[in-house]
Amino acid sequence: MIATLLTPRFLRNALPALSLTVLLLAIFYLQPRAMSYFGLNLLLNLALPIAFATIAQMCIITVNDLDLGVGAYVGLVAAIGATWLNETPLLGAAALLGCIAVYAALGALIHLRNLPSIVVTLGMSFVWLGLALLVLPTPGGKVPDWIRAIMTLKTPFLPFTIYAAIGVGVIVHFGLMRSSYGVVLRGAGGNPRSVSRAGWSLLRTKVTMFALAGFFGMLSGLSLIGLTTSADANIALRYTLLSIAGVILGGGEFVGGRISPIGAVIGAMTLTLAASFLSFLRLPPDWQIGAQGGILILVLAFRAVINRAEARR
Amino acid sequence: MTPTLRIAARLLEKPWLWAFAAAFFVWLATIVFTGGQGAAAVLTAALAFGTFSVIVGIGQMYVITLGPGNVDLSIPATMTFAGAASMKIMDTQDSMIFIGLLVALGVGVSVGIFNYALIRLLRIPPIIATLSSSFVFQSAAIAYGRGIKIKPPPVLAEFTTARIVGIPILAIFTVILAVIMAVVLHKTVYGRSVIAIGQNPRAAGFSGISVGFTRFATYVLSATLAGLCGFVLSGFSGGASLNMGAEFLLASIAVVVIGGTSVAGGFANIPGLWGAALFMFLLVTMLNTFGLGAGIRLIMTGLIIISVITLAGGKSTGR
Repeated sequence: MIATLLTPRFLRNALPALSLTVLLLAIFYLQPRAMSYFGLNLLLNLALPIAFATIAQMCIITVNDLDLGVGAYVGLVAAIGATWLNETPLLGAAALLGCIAVYAALGALIHLRNLPSIVVTLGMSFVWLGLALLVLPTPGGKVPDWIRAIMTLKTPFLPFTIYAAIGVGVIVHFGLMRSSYGVVLRGAGGNPRSVSRAGWSLLRTKVTMFALAGFFGMLSGLSLIGLTTSADANIALRYTLLSIAGVILGGGEFVGGRISPIGAVIGAMTLTLAASFLSFLRLPPDWQIGAQGGILILVLAFRAVINRAEARR
Repeated sequence: MTPTLRIAARLLEKPWLWAFAAAFFVWLATIVFTGGQGAAAVLTAALAFGTFSVIVGIGQMYVITLGPGNVDLSIPATMTFAGAASMKIMDTQDSMIFIGLLVALGVGVSVGIFNYALIRLLRIPPIIATLSSSFVFQSAAIAYGRGIKIKPPPVLAEFTTARIVGIPILAIFTVILAVIMAVVLHKTVYGRSVIAIGQNPRAAGFSGISVGFTRFATYVLSATLAGLCGFVLSGFSGGASLNMGAEFLLASIAVVVIGGTSVAGGFANIPGLWGAALFMFLLVTMLNTFGLGAGIRLIMTGLIIISVITLAGGKSTGR
């Protein structure tokens, strides 16, 4: 029993959950009052939008690409959500669908022309930000009541964000890790050549994953404005880097379609907690980003140690 | 074929020509619109602001040339930290300028060593390594700078904004820096090793090139140039600010790509950096002159970057 618990494989898979638990326990130790419905809600409130953005980023990473524009995209969705979606819901919904279509088209462009995704999505980040500024030139707007109602839902025992985050992780897990087409999608990142020789269209997998990223990015923006009640074009720019960090923290790897949806959600929660952890330590908030970087480095160091132990066997 | 034609034909094969041509046409469109007014002033401003993109662009180009997956995301954090640290240590005293410069460069070297240590010890992709270190150093800059804008020493401020017959002195120095780095890239063992590794790291290793050392030196070079850029930019813009590096993540990658350097690695192009930096600045100036808002301006910038890469990219990398 203990032997199986200490295998490198198990340790590596348990690492994301372990780091979240340690962080959570440290926070409870420093501030026991955080161990309540209200406390957890305050702590993990903003984890949901970050989790959605992280899942979006994970979809892109699955097919060996990287999205440097997801933060700006979430900002655009937030801007549309707080303006058009509220005033003329049909136009708003059409605009959001259009955004997802653009994402799908990006996937096609990157695949067909064999382009580096970093540069294309970097260019798109300008476009998303520009569009967001056109839709919402100054911070403000009004969030549709139904989004607000969903995000402030009072659920029993644990806050809504926790249920939602777990739900997202599980659904994406079954979609990507357990379904047969999910295997093909991940295989397109792991060994594109053999997937294509087996008769699957690589173009279709890329378009699917980019469209999924657009979809989850949209959920990120909508859930974000449900919490903040107003929008700003620059509201989520830091999500780009946070989402990459979240995927990696959750056990995803950069190449080869090795991902973990549940890990990604846990990674997003860990990053959210890392920021509040400092305030419990009474450290200046200046070090918030630094703490996220530190935890990322720490977890990666642990993983390197585990991998090395495995190689020695 | 006459000699002139042959020279013209050879010039057309140079990838950097397109960046300069684009910059020229954008400039032309701007001064046609204004009726010739401010033609020289726009060029001066483009040279001054382009300087900073070129300095960090050189470092980013060396890193990208190392091959797929190599990119330095810590440039903005390094610039901010180096700027804040050097301004604070100089404390507006002219006598401290040299020490301030050493501090800025020292910050750069340390960040570079830290980056490579992460890449090597944790065996993580450079993107993740430079990303995590950028979190740490951005925080360090925030904590160290504490949001106060410290003015640069008067002599440094004067030097970074000085001009000779309309040409910023800083731009002249950066052209010299670019020439030196071009020579290093094409004529030295180190530079050629960078290119060789970008083309095929295994073959480079088999032929006796020290892949590890070359990569180490390249990440240190990139961070050091970012530190230098943070130093001069703080002098130029009247002090270090906490978001001064923000735009340079995009700018450093954009000038490399538009300048004709291969994103797949193994093929670098220094003159293109200048062309691309001038183009990027002149493009924004043109869209401003046309009276377009910030939104349209950003959209156009993004679409142009994507168009350039779509037209230039798509070639097979030979593997």
